Amino acid sequence: MPAFTPPPLPSDDKRWKIVNGTMRKNGFARHALIETLHTVQSSFGYLDDDAIRFVARSLRVPLSQAYGVVTFYHYFSLKPPGEHTMTLCTGTACYIKGTDKLVAAAEQHLKVKAGQTTNDGKISLMTARCVGACSRAPVAICDGEVAGEVTSEQLLAQLERWAVE
Amino acid sequence: MTIEELEQIAKSVHQENAKYDYEVNVCMDLACASQGADKLREALVKSATASGKKVLIRKTGCMGPCSSGPLVRVDPEEHLYHHVGAGHADAIVQSLGGNPVPALQCDLNDHFDKQVRVVLENAGHIDPEKIDDYISREGYKALLTALTEMTPNGVVHRITESGLRGRGGGGYPTGLKWGTVAKAGGELKYVVCNGDEGDPGAFMDRSVMEGDPHRVIEGMAIAAYAVGANKGFIYVRAEYPVAVARLTTALRDARRRGLLGSNICGTTFNFDIEIRLGAGAFVCGEETALIASIEGRRGTPKPRPPYPAVSGLWGKPTLINNVETYANIAPIVRNGGKWFYNMGSERSKGTKVFALTGKITNTGLVEVPMGIKLSEIIDVIGGGVPGGHKLKAVQTGGPSGGCIPAEMLGLGVSYDALMAAGSIMGSGGMIVMDDTSCMVNVARFFIEFCMTESCGKCIPCRAGTAQMFTLLTRFCEGSGTMEDLELLVDLCNTVKETSLCGLGMTAPNPVLSTLKYFKSEYIEHIVHKRCPAGVCNITGAAAVEQSPVEVVA
Repeated sequence: MPAFTPPPLPSDDKRWKIVNGTMRKNGFARHALIETLHTVQSSFGYLDDDAIRFVARSLRVPLSQAYGVVTFYHYFSLKPPGEHTMTLCTGTACYIKGTDKLVAAAEQHLKVKAGQTTNDGKISLMTARCVGACSRAPVAICDGEVAGEVTSEQLLAQLERWAVE
Repeated sequence: MTIEELEQIAKSVHQENAKYDYEVNVCMDLACASQGADKLREALVKSATASGKKVLIRKTGCMGPCSSGPLVRVDPEEHLYHHVGAGHADAIVQSLGGNPVPALQCDLNDHFDKQVRVVLENAGHIDPEKIDDYISREGYKALLTALTEMTPNGVVHRITESGLRGRGGGGYPTGLKWGTVAKAGGELKYVVCNGDEGDPGAFMDRSVMEGDPHRVIEGMAIAAYAVGANKGFIYVRAEYPVAVARLTTALRDARRRGLLGSNICGTTFNFDIEIRLGAGAFVCGEETALIASIEGRRGTPKPRPPYPAVSGLWGKPTLINNVETYANIAPIVRNGGKWFYNMGSERSKGTKVFALTGKITNTGLVEVPMGIKLSEIIDVIGGGVPGGHKLKAVQTGGPSGGCIPAEMLGLGVSYDALMAAGSIMGSGGMIVMDDTSCMVNVARFFIEFCMTESCGKCIPCRAGTAQMFTLLTRFCEGSGTMEDLELLVDLCNTVKETSLCGLGMTAPNPVLSTLKYFKSEYIEHIVHKRCPAGVCNITGAAAVEQSPVEVVA
């Protein structure tokens, strides 16, 4: 059987080299699929068709299987994120402390549903299944920064600050 | 690395620490960090340098009472300060050697007195990014003792003797599991650490992985020696980036010190660990789904048997234990099985870490001996329900567990007692609910969780949870009937008995337990179209008073 040659990088974007690095580190083994998809998402912010095709071909995984994995796990996103991301934790402790009201307030303010990005591409509103900061519920993650004991006023003020930037 | 070298490292750490007159420990765990612990630490370093005093400022893992954060503990006096800000740095440094800062002192004696720390023994005392700190507190001593003085069988025997049961929630005897993997044939075996803490409202495993990562690694290495494995995987949620970073650092340092790799401690034992990231699927906490995920596939469970102990990762015998289980191993090997066996209740040994959250004064991490009464955890350690509200229920076990009503707080915490009460031990989430929580809504919340997280492989779970959610939504909106309630109970039993994996089998628990203890709330919603806690939004036509007779008929 001829030796397998991985496909060429999709473009000369340096980030593909990082993606390729993850696959090489794992010897282009099929079980590296999730690891590699993590690298793609952390490098590009999301997973587009080109990326999934490239990873699937490189690891010799059927495209259907790669797509199946991407859509199975909540962490992977097929759409580019907004400039800013507001993630509201909806774990049990946050729920008990009224996170549903925060989600409703943010949805109304941004005129999008949780999981969507505003039309101008500025803000993504996401929910998380528990970030493990339960003692400070309700918790919001503003562009990666964890904020605890969040009130609707604080939440809307932050969204407002992002909107006028 | 030999035991002598290990002791030498510990000695040099103690000598180094002895150069300082004071140690100021700053909790850098998520809760404290989100309130400016990092700025506080910088300010302390600055103040200490300016003062000329010999002060060691240490970043530590979770100290426990998160609601009082950011926390600082000054040693050797053991003064604990709460709600510390960067502005307090000068005052703290000035007070060293004199009287403590009164404004920052907190009285949490009741909170700590009832606790017994085994898993969390190093939390708040070591810098999780320094392997030598861990070694200075007897770290890796158990591993080297096991490798040089014990046979693999001897290790399994000691774990069996300790009576340790799986801390992931199921409570399967750990020694028995290890014995099965040890007896399984074949050259290649794996050891897996389940760090996919998907239970919302629980963060014990995150704190252990972040605050004391070497403890997990040491536990896994001992397990690998006992069962005859050479390769390990730690499966961590991608939502825990700090845990991933700390484990990565810890693995690197352990390799450098020769505590992982080939011929550990000059023996023939080889072992190394890789980290695998989860990707946000609750079902991956189930062991066969976790295996599928490590193999790079969708996390769908498989029917058992064969159990992973016989045929797991890539078809090889695989030992899977939870983070907290591994965290218990080193102290058991060090102190003996009897020592552990003497703690706890009759059939649940040792201690358990709980993440105490919800409507309670002292939220945070607590470690208590098994058998302790729930009321002691809630009233004494937790400081009771704040704001003059009345305790309604305590939820344990997350989406797989149930709600224990206030009347049953005399219950001792053990695997069997919690199960008999219709809940489960679970991984350790303990969420306190007061009179502002609607139990029907709580049940709906958990069923929504299970519905979204169902992998879809088996029909009872996939379709059953969706139908249960629809019925519960009807109750919450005021359009449910008594027939719906009967149907719900029927569905619960079907889903419980026929689902493929633990997710489906336990999904009805929150509904069944709230029905058992809070049926009157369901009846209020159905018959009187009223939510006693004022949570559910019952409006319009549904809210019109109907006589109970009409509805039942």
